[in-house]
Amino acid sequence: MFEATALDAKNQRDERLVKGAFLVMTLLLILPVMLILGVLIWRGAPILSIDFLFTEPTQGMTAGGIFPALIGTVWLVVVALVASVPIGVAAALYLSEYAKDNWLTRLINLAIINLAGVPSIVHALFGVGAFVLFFRFGTSILAASLTLAVMTLPVVIVSTRESLQAVPHAFREACWSMGATRWQTIRRVVLPNSISGILTGIILEVSRTAGETAPIMFTGATMFLPFLPQSVLDQTMAMSLHLYFISTQVPDVPDALPYGVALVLIGMVLAMNALSIAFRIYLRGKKKW
Amino acid sequence: MSTSKAVGRSGQADDSLNLDWFIDRAAQILIFLGGISAIVLIVGIFVFVTQEGLGFVFGRLDLVEFFTSPRWAPTSGYNPTYGALALMVGTASVTGLAMVVAVPFSLGAAIYISEFANPRLRETLKILVELLAAIPSVVWGFIGLTLLNPLVIKAFNVPIGLNVLNSGVILGLMAAPIMTTIAEDALKAVPDAYREAAEALGATRLQVVFRVVLPAARNGLLAAVLLGVGRGFGETMAVLMASGHSIHLPTSVFDSVRALTATIATELGDAAQGSDHYRALFTLGILLFLVTFLINLTADIVLRRSGGRRAARPGSAKES
Repeated sequence: MFEATALDAKNQRDERLVKGAFLVMTLLLILPVMLILGVLIWRGAPILSIDFLFTEPTQGMTAGGIFPALIGTVWLVVVALVASVPIGVAAALYLSEYAKDNWLTRLINLAIINLAGVPSIVHALFGVGAFVLFFRFGTSILAASLTLAVMTLPVVIVSTRESLQAVPHAFREACWSMGATRWQTIRRVVLPNSISGILTGIILEVSRTAGETAPIMFTGATMFLPFLPQSVLDQTMAMSLHLYFISTQVPDVPDALPYGVALVLIGMVLAMNALSIAFRIYLRGKKKW
Repeated sequence: MSTSKAVGRSGQADDSLNLDWFIDRAAQILIFLGGISAIVLIVGIFVFVTQEGLGFVFGRLDLVEFFTSPRWAPTSGYNPTYGALALMVGTASVTGLAMVVAVPFSLGAAIYISEFANPRLRETLKILVELLAAIPSVVWGFIGLTLLNPLVIKAFNVPIGLNVLNSGVILGLMAAPIMTTIAEDALKAVPDAYREAAEALGATRLQVVFRVVLPAARNGLLAAVLLGVGRGFGETMAVLMASGHSIHLPTSVFDSVRALTATIATELGDAAQGSDHYRALFTLGILLFLVTFLINLTADIVLRRSGGRRAARPGSAKES
């Protein structure tokens, strides 16, 4: 009944052609990076071992493992989370549950966007000026973590706000009409229904925090320390900065070593990210409403 | 007896109501404080960075020299100079090349993911792009330093592989996933009703994409590019490691350059606190802050304008 005309055929041919071109562009975006990751794995994998993870660097950082840097990154991330999660969740609660559509809300949103856009090295300058010097924390885990917390705050705020807003408004109304206060509604209804989404955002923040380098350079992370940090006022080594130092500053580093460090760092960051994504997909499937 | 119980209960209810009321108030105040934290912090950043730099801007600094001289020699013994032109050109050339590399590919990828891929492939590609965006910048710098460096030297037969080309490509690869994600969001935000209407009029798939969807998403795509520029402009570690460190005006993509961000990262550790050099670095920080602020503000205004127009139409529901 319907027969493809010459025009139809041409349209279909054009569509296939354009579609193919865009597919090629997409692949050109993804494949080189895959290739690069492949090379990193190929060159770094031989050096990876349990010993590599759990021993200290030796011989002027040209041999040995990465244990202090690994522990240092854990310190930095944990302290940064302790500072940023409560503030970030509060900010998201304000924006989702309290804020009216007025100039203050617009200003807050603008501030969040800019906080996320400020260059990491400017965050470092802020960290030096505010935490290291003004609050007299010195170059310490505390100063570095607070700098990281400021920098990653937008991640927590944005992801938490999204999961709060995903809770249907009817849930809140039902709770209010039972005579509950706003806070009771938040604590008993809104938070329990969005906690998994909030966690997803926090995992994402962990991944972001662990990979940051510039903000901790002058605020608390250091090139080499023979001991593990004992308190938040100690300096520390960190994975990201360790990679920078052994690939640019330390002489005579064997080739495989920085590849190993890079691989562990990427592995950490991507694993956290993948976990966050998997969690998100799982939650989407489980959604009750 | 039953009445006294009722009174007791109601009295209790009143007490707890008061307590709940106080808790509610306290929570509201704390949450409000959290709410304005972003404003406090962004103002804090501006204040702390400028208070170190401002005295220098009005005292020692010659603004004409700062913006027009390529001579950045703050550690020179008897005649330190603070010309940031070479650094600005360095940042601009690297960011510019990165955008040349990244913009076509990320917009193309965004169009493919949003308009052509089937749902399954779309999800896979989106996850891949998101993972690529998560690779830390220091790793990108390391890649430029160890993998791209010898490649550039061999391919173009140049003495140094750490140059505008290297850092531009690295920065492009780095910014592309972010731009793809934002651009894809912008395309997805175009209501399906637009597509359906065009198809009902007999438009082909290509006509729908190029004549309807792309024009409708124009502002969002522009914002994606702007945010990519902002990202490239402020990137520190990758540029620090892959661009070579040579403070002069580049004449080709094979010249080494030094970016504004990289200058702060290299020199802050050596600058004595409170010295002219130290404050000059904070002045660079002010410049970086202001430029990224402007870029983000513009992107926000562009996005808001498109969002406002779309929100005004019914039927632009979330399902689209």
